[in-house]
Amino acid sequence: MPDLPAAAAHPAPADPIVDVRGLGRSFTVSEGPFLRRTRRTVHAVADVGFTVPRGAIVGYLGPNGAGKSTTMKMLTGILSPSSGTVRVAGLEPARQRTRLAARIGVVFGQRTTLWWDLPLRDSLALTRHLYHVPATDHARRLAELTELLELGPFLRTPVRQLSLGQRMRGDLTAALLHDPELLVLDEPTIGLDVVSKSTIREFLLKLNAERGTTILLTTHDLGDVERLCRRVMVIDHGRLAFDGDIAALRDSAPAPRTLVVDLAAPTAPITVAGARCVAVEGPRQWLELDANPAAVIAAVAAEHEVADLTLREPDIEEVVADLYRRPAGERGRITA
Amino acid sequence: MAEPSTARTLTTEPRRTPPAPRSVGAYPLLAWTWMRAMAQYPVSLLLLTFGQAASTGLELTALFFVFGHAHQLAGFGINEALLIYGLAGVAFCLADFFMGSVERLGEHVRKGSFDTMLVRPVSPLVQLATDEFSPRRLGKVVPAVAALCYALAVLDIDWTPARILMLPVLIVSSIVICCCVWTLGASIQFFIADAREVANSVTYGGQAMTEYPLAIYGRSVVRTATFVVPLAFASWQPALFLLDRPDPTGLPEWLRYAAPGVALLMSLAATLAWRTGLRHYRSTGS
Repeated sequence: MPDLPAAAAHPAPADPIVDVRGLGRSFTVSEGPFLRRTRRTVHAVADVGFTVPRGAIVGYLGPNGAGKSTTMKMLTGILSPSSGTVRVAGLEPARQRTRLAARIGVVFGQRTTLWWDLPLRDSLALTRHLYHVPATDHARRLAELTELLELGPFLRTPVRQLSLGQRMRGDLTAALLHDPELLVLDEPTIGLDVVSKSTIREFLLKLNAERGTTILLTTHDLGDVERLCRRVMVIDHGRLAFDGDIAALRDSAPAPRTLVVDLAAPTAPITVAGARCVAVEGPRQWLELDANPAAVIAAVAAEHEVADLTLREPDIEEVVADLYRRPAGERGRITA
Repeated sequence: MAEPSTARTLTTEPRRTPPAPRSVGAYPLLAWTWMRAMAQYPVSLLLLTFGQAASTGLELTALFFVFGHAHQLAGFGINEALLIYGLAGVAFCLADFFMGSVERLGEHVRKGSFDTMLVRPVSPLVQLATDEFSPRRLGKVVPAVAALCYALAVLDIDWTPARILMLPVLIVSSIVICCCVWTLGASIQFFIADAREVANSVTYGGQAMTEYPLAIYGRSVVRTATFVVPLAFASWQPALFLLDRPDPTGLPEWLRYAAPGVALLMSLAATLAWRTGLRHYRSTGS
């Protein structure tokens, strides 16, 4: 499927669908035995600000405990913020939670919103009543989603008997039957096999392109990010460490490029200016570059007989891991 | 991968503004859905219903044993005691039937399923109350209704028009008061995760207490059950009204007409507690 420009048929209005300013959430944690309990305040999210324009797909990344889920819970109205303001679809989530719920779709990868003992079809029918979707709209959307997500074979199966991938597609359908403006996904592909992941990613791209649905997702799967997101935000220790497009994220990280050299015969580790040998395996050597690759390649070729050369860009996974590893002082906030 | 998905395109009609959420209609809908889910295991449902009926039936037997030894308790005979037992049972069991599931709030918070309730456009209290809604809880009501009907038939009650009119009002008020006690108990769990047992001491404990004429517990208990946790309005005060007897602990007689007002006050308190709890909800780590 070709990458269509976001929401071509739906020009994005000027007001962003998500507008977060100075958002913070702290928790009071009690520790120690009874009577000698000490209380301390943990800042799960501190001074986070961003906007998401209508029709975008934005990835929200961060290590476990960085504040991803806490942010998502404040955006959906599950948690009240301790400080700052949040507007989603023009509403204030914590105060107008039920009204907001009718306008957004939320999928938690780790837990289902479907009714365990009911056939999938019945769970989806119930969703129609809870969201007050007219019967004709429901029937048409269910037909569309059934075809796109290939639900046909298991519509009559009780949810408890579905595989993880089938359940996930069912949950996605339940979150979309009321045609939300914004889809919030919390780790939508966690634990899924390659085929299921791919089905879901292609579907999300199509949904965004053809229906103009804004998608905000948290994930640990960088495959999701590379396939889906033009823009990523990285949160670490409760603060936004990065907000920009993927290319800028690659550039921002000092993760070095690697030159893989296949020599004609095994030799001692290569020493040339602007490169450092990090591994040797028979005739193959890995050189970490901190200078212009052309100069290094020329220098290596001048001294050794080279059978093959490969230049490897750092993949996004390493870039993000590197971003997480940077000490808090250096990390600061990079905006691209 | 083959791409059958490209064959189909999504509709591009303009997006509809969703109607305002309505939670009241969702109660019967969700309750019905859960009942259908439960009906997948009919034998289990049947056995559990009988089990619940039997367990309340056992309390009724205990009542007969007590009155077999002492024919009067605080001036109340067995038939009068059955009236009180029946009123308490109807109020508590119906409240349990409608709202009993809210006591499992702490469990839903720990499992994270409360989060999924919060992202639906229906009051989480309604979703919680209908969670695993099962007709088996009606089993408990059967002995209570039987005792109430028997007592009303055999007791020498002066059926003035006022009594006939007030009886349903008092019963509905008592059910509302008990529902509010359940909701208050659940609201505590927003602050203390394992408060279910504390709440149960008032809900189930209150039921056990109000099944007997309150006067047997002494003045301070009657006053607490009237003014602090107003469970006296579930069985004790309505019984005094129906039997036209003065309060043996000396509380004023107008209190027996106060049940609707108390129900209203309790509803306000329960709403406030639930809202406050929801605002302080912390969710789980994931």
